[in-house]
Amino acid sequence: MQRNGLFIAQLLFTLLVCAFMFVPVVLSVMAGFTANYIRGFSSGLTLRWLFEVWGLYKDAIGLSLVIALACLAVTLIVGVPTAYFLAKANHWTTRLVEELLVTPLAVPGLAIALGLIITYGGIREFRSHWTFILVGHVLYTLPFMVRSVLAVLSSIDLKTLEEGAASLGASYWQRFFTIGLPNARSGIVAGALMVLTLSVGEFNITWMLHTPINKTVPVGLADSYASMRIEIGSAYTTVFLLMIVPLLLLIQYIAEPARPSRAKAAVVPQPAGST
Amino acid sequence: MTAHSIGVPVRLRACAKTFRDGTRALEPLDLSIQGGETLVLLGPSGCGKTTALRIIAGLESPDPGGRVFFGDDEVTGVPIEKRKVGMVFQSYALFPNLNVADNISYGLKVRRVEEGERRRRVESMLQMMHLAPLRERRIDQLSGGQKQRVALARALAVQPRVLLMDEPLTALDAKLREELRLEINALLRSLRITTVYVTHDQSEAMALGDRIVVMSHGRVAQIGAPREVYHRPASAFVANFIGTTNRLDGQPDEGWLVLPGGRLKLPESFVGGGTAYFRPEDAAILDEVQSPPEGALAGTVSAVSFLGDRMRLLVEGVASEPVIIEADPRRELRVGDRIRLGIEPRRLLGLRSDS
Ligand SMILES: Nc1ncnc2c1ncn2[C@@H]1O[C@H](COP(=O)(O)OP(=O)(O)OP(=O)(O)O)[C@@H](O)[C@H]1O
Ligand SMILES: [Mg+2]
Repeated sequence: MQRNGLFIAQLLFTLLVCAFMFVPVVLSVMAGFTANYIRGFSSGLTLRWLFEVWGLYKDAIGLSLVIALACLAVTLIVGVPTAYFLAKANHWTTRLVEELLVTPLAVPGLAIALGLIITYGGIREFRSHWTFILVGHVLYTLPFMVRSVLAVLSSIDLKTLEEGAASLGASYWQRFFTIGLPNARSGIVAGALMVLTLSVGEFNITWMLHTPINKTVPVGLADSYASMRIEIGSAYTTVFLLMIVPLLLLIQYIAEPARPSRAKAAVVPQPAGST
Repeated sequence: MTAHSIGVPVRLRACAKTFRDGTRALEPLDLSIQGGETLVLLGPSGCGKTTALRIIAGLESPDPGGRVFFGDDEVTGVPIEKRKVGMVFQSYALFPNLNVADNISYGLKVRRVEEGERRRRVESMLQMMHLAPLRERRIDQLSGGQKQRVALARALAVQPRVLLMDEPLTALDAKLREELRLEINALLRSLRITTVYVTHDQSEAMALGDRIVVMSHGRVAQIGAPREVYHRPASAFVANFIGTTNRLDGQPDEGWLVLPGGRLKLPESFVGGGTAYFRPEDAAILDEVQSPPEGALAGTVSAVSFLGDRMRLLVEGVASEPVIIEADPRRELRVGDRIRLGIEPRRLLGLRSDS
């Protein structure tokens, strides 16, 4: 009897997840392929909306990718060494840095964006350049990269490993590249996936920072839902998925270690979607 | 087997260590370690053994004024990666991203040893440490003893000037510890590499050390060969830390020590005042008829533990505290038996009672 109860509970949970997670996505994607949403599928299927979106927003799609990749590059270059340094140093100041790094998470994206506009919005060239959006994205995603790498590095005894490497003659940078990086791999991969997803999907900050010329996909998506036929907005969802899924697969593929990795997966808080 | 040159001598001059939080881990330490010698740092937890080892390694710098020499080179300001030491950690510190062979060749790679030579040395290390069948294994697929062998092989592969080991066997179970201790002993004897070995296990220290440095509260309590430290401890602390020691508190009386259980003749020029110490194996159980000229102590057996090759007795009534003695295991002795003990005067130690 008890098992039956449990089974029903699990079934119910699964159905709920389907109803609220997958069904809306699937319906939304389908809507993008129907000739006329109001009349339903009987109006026939078409790729027209997809092409229309591509025509209207290919710049936004390109920019989204550029910003996401640039954001990934910056967070890798800045975040990984930062996490490495934080993991090794054992001082109250490093605790402080660690806490400071998380504060952007506590501040709403709108506030971050506003701060950026107030401080640097006056520099016309910068304000109208896509790197202005990039700065916002980096601020927002960097903590995730640092945290994710730090979690992995803290789970191993990095200090002693490094002392072992040093005793064998390895210099600081040799230790970083041969011991620090390889052992942080799973954290770097997790962090990279998160940074990419967050950057591609980021709306709050981007909406504040964007200009008519510099738009990313989520901003375009909001625009099209607000101002155009629902079919175009829905086709946009498809474009969004087409963009993010290959990116994620690519990263996983690049990161696939030659030997099966045994590093413990980092326990990283999954951020709530920001679109 | 890889031919190691005779290791370099190591000298510490006035090496003290005060940590940033004010902890005084090491009082100024002077130490001369001969080339090829195995020196064991022995002492209770927190006495500064690891700190001393890390100063030799170059992982900590001594307080200003302290100096470290490897042979004729002063290495005080030289970081560990340039000191050419081999280090073995209690926690092994093997690289989880590399397999057994790659762990061993790591030091050779970062030192840019040419490929052929590298292969040759890794191979000889794998053979020497009986690791050849495990060369491709990942580190997390090794047992504790195998890990420690890899750690030792990795440290020796770079042919260090000095081998430093910090409680390398503590994480292993008793039987394995014994086995590896014998292996390490044989290895150190054949390599003649200068070795500093940290442990808090006195039997490990006795078995491995050419000399033992007994430490207490950041100070050296005694330095000497194992026999010397055991038979002629410099203080009550050393006597108690190494092996079992009995304490006899009594009244000195013109060359005799007067105790609740009787009188014992003291050695010539005894310095201990009214307190003498002796080892369990130095007391003899006397027959009814014997009454030796150097006196005897009467007492009651209060506990017997049969250990196979010998027997340990706890005897009460001879002094203010019960004493532990060893006896022939074939003797029929039971709790409650009255016995008499004789101790040769030269076996009575007079020690400074400070630690
Ligand atoms: N980094 C540090 N900062 C402050 N105090 C320290 C530090 N490292 C060690 N100490 C202190 O210095 C003293 C000596 O430490 P050390 O590690 O040398 O002891 P040990 O003899 O190796 O002990 P154990 O047998 O427990 O390993 C201890 O009181 C310890 O708490
Ligand atoms: Mg220690």
